[in-house]
Amino acid sequence: MTSRSRLLILLLSVVLLAAVGTGAVLHAAHRSGMRDEQQADGPKVRPGTVSLSETPTRQLLFRNLAWGPHRDEMATVPADHPQAPRTASGVKCLRFHASAGTAICLQAVHGALQDTYRAVVLDAHLHERHRFPAAGIPTRARVSPSGHLVAWTVFVSGDSYAGTDFSTRTAIVDTRTWTIDDNLETFHITKDGRPYHAADTNIWGVTFADDNHFYATLATGGHTYLVRGDVAARTLTTLHSNVECPSLSSDGTRIAYKKRVQGASPDAPWRLYVLNLRTMKETPTAEQRNIDDQALWADNSTLVYALPGDYGSDLWTVPADGTGKVRLLMKSAVAPAYAG
Amino acid sequence: MYLADSRGTDSREAQAAVVPDSRPGRRPAAVPGTVLALGAVSLITDVSSEMVTAVLPLYVVTGLGLSPLGFGLLDGINNGVGALVRLLGGHLADGGGRRHKAVAGLGYALSALCKPLLLLAHTLPVISVVLAADRTGKGLRTAPRDAMISLATEPEHRGRAFGVHRAMDTTGALLGPLVAFALLRATVDGYDAVFTVSGCVAALGVLVLVLFVPGRTTAADLRPEEPRRSSGAPPEQSRPALRDALGLLRRPELRRLTLCATLLGLTTVSDSFLYLLLQREGDLPAHLFPLLPLGTAAVFLLLAVPFGALADRVNRRRLFLAGHGILLLGYALVLSPWHGVPAVLAVLFLHGTFYAATDGVLAAATAGAVPARHQGAGQALVGTGQALARFTCSLAFGAAWSAWGGRTALAVTAAALAVSAVTAAYVLRTTSEVKPA
Repeated sequence: MTSRSRLLILLLSVVLLAAVGTGAVLHAAHRSGMRDEQQADGPKVRPGTVSLSETPTRQLLFRNLAWGPHRDEMATVPADHPQAPRTASGVKCLRFHASAGTAICLQAVHGALQDTYRAVVLDAHLHERHRFPAAGIPTRARVSPSGHLVAWTVFVSGDSYAGTDFSTRTAIVDTRTWTIDDNLETFHITKDGRPYHAADTNIWGVTFADDNHFYATLATGGHTYLVRGDVAARTLTTLHSNVECPSLSSDGTRIAYKKRVQGASPDAPWRLYVLNLRTMKETPTAEQRNIDDQALWADNSTLVYALPGDYGSDLWTVPADGTGKVRLLMKSAVAPAYAG
Repeated sequence: MYLADSRGTDSREAQAAVVPDSRPGRRPAAVPGTVLALGAVSLITDVSSEMVTAVLPLYVVTGLGLSPLGFGLLDGINNGVGALVRLLGGHLADGGGRRHKAVAGLGYALSALCKPLLLLAHTLPVISVVLAADRTGKGLRTAPRDAMISLATEPEHRGRAFGVHRAMDTTGALLGPLVAFALLRATVDGYDAVFTVSGCVAALGVLVLVLFVPGRTTAADLRPEEPRRSSGAPPEQSRPALRDALGLLRRPELRRLTLCATLLGLTTVSDSFLYLLLQREGDLPAHLFPLLPLGTAAVFLLLAVPFGALADRVNRRRLFLAGHGILLLGYALVLSPWHGVPAVLAVLFLHGTFYAATDGVLAAATAGAVPARHQGAGQALVGTGQALARFTCSLAFGAAWSAWGGRTALAVTAAALAVSAVTAAYVLRTTSEVKPA
């Protein structure tokens, strides 16, 4: 083959491959453009003022996933009327939680070279009070009952070729002093009564008990544990095994969590359980599907959680005591929080 | 004409190795076209694969809505399989002197095919399988590629040739994420577009290999002259047997090099552990963590060619050892009380310099210790020894971290690295580099 014909083949192939690539990009861009158009049968969403306080009725806040101009914005509906038209705040968050007039909002920052992320602490009117850079892709966010502490978890991935080495980083911020502990892995760990350290420790899914104590998941050596944490003492102590994404009930007696169950498919291994912290008795809920969310206590007896849906995910509820049935709360929503 | 600085018994082997490159009528070029073509293939392929690597976590977490923890479990198996595949690739490639390109092409093509397959993979187990296939392709192509670089280059220029190749390779790795995020921006989360374009780019890499890398990289007229070393091999055999490939270890020079690469690999902490230590021990803000590999890669990119050129002027084995001395300095710095961003930058500089002084340099040193007909197997042997040793070190380091904590684990590894380096210096003392007269 002459070098001329080689170049010709190369040129033709480049044109062909470029055409395929361009087609894929245009197709994807068109599809994402469609997401900005309101669906006729979708929920009504209108812009408005969203406030964490000063509302006559209790509000359910969530990230609105319904297609249209307000997609991905934090929106509200009255807590007892989830099918009501949604009020969109104009604030976009990937993950969100709020309590006592303080909110934590994890956002993506689309930079020129790559996406970065930040954790923004918001006031009761969803105005920014403080922001922190976040180390990776947001997954969990929580505010303490008093609104003084906030916590978030992000995924970071390794580095090397075809790296599949994912880990988490969890940070806790005191909003009274803006001090940050940006990696709970540096806390002193006590596992089964003994000091423990390992390179593979990962901590995620903080849920606060008060302004010093919290629960979270510790993973190490292929197992997960429920840990009780102490912010001032910088300690983590294991309490129970096979617990992920704990969520403490408002009366502080029970933990709703993801449990990895035997015999389930490896890519859908989790079921929603509730652990009684006094008796350490586990109760499976009526939700039989795989769940991958940090559940939220709607009240002392009902859990809210997200499951995959047509537009990303939908919110469902189930009684916390193992009785009853699952119920669809609302479509096209994720990252719920109650306020007011 | 080349002279072997023959204090040892290796002058004959060394001469056998360089003969193919001193064939008459061939104009010596510092960096032959074949090397540039292979560098271009690696650059393009790395753009493609790093595009996927850069967006994969985001795709898994936000695109598929999965929790990827525990996803790295297959990594250990992949490492073992990858090492064996590399040996196989090196061995197969040596057959008939024409197969380097075919085996490397197979490896590049396998990885290219995996990119569109990602479009169909929606669960972690399936994604893991696709990534494992991708890695198998990488294992398959590495040794034949390095063999082709060796065979195409005059021995006295091999350091620079490998340096140029590694620099081009790293350039691709740095460009890939930029391309991927530009596409994600343009398509608003169009992961399928990123995978499709990545597949197209990978296909282009295979095409450049097919079109611009010569099929015959061994001088055929010289092979028959080469003395058969393995008495057990039937004389009519036209291509080397696996036994021959392993019989390479009977060559003292290659045996010593493999031994030293393995020994030093056993005391080389993996990148991820080093970054984790930097982050946990070095007071580095967590959000800067994703930038650490970029620092190492940037330094590697800048220094690969100068250090490659240096490897052509000084003893390559000594440079390889010195590179590990630089790594040792880096470990010392991590353990030192100097913390903060400047300290981290200094560690990354040393880490990148370590790669520049060892990665291509080892390949060049290996090339000088193996006869032409076994270049693939030789490269595979040394590379596999090093890779398996590093993997073993990762397991041991993880265990040591659990037992003693990260700092102590690093201190112990650093001490072991010092011992390894001294041992390696002793083992390599008798073998000297082939130098141009």
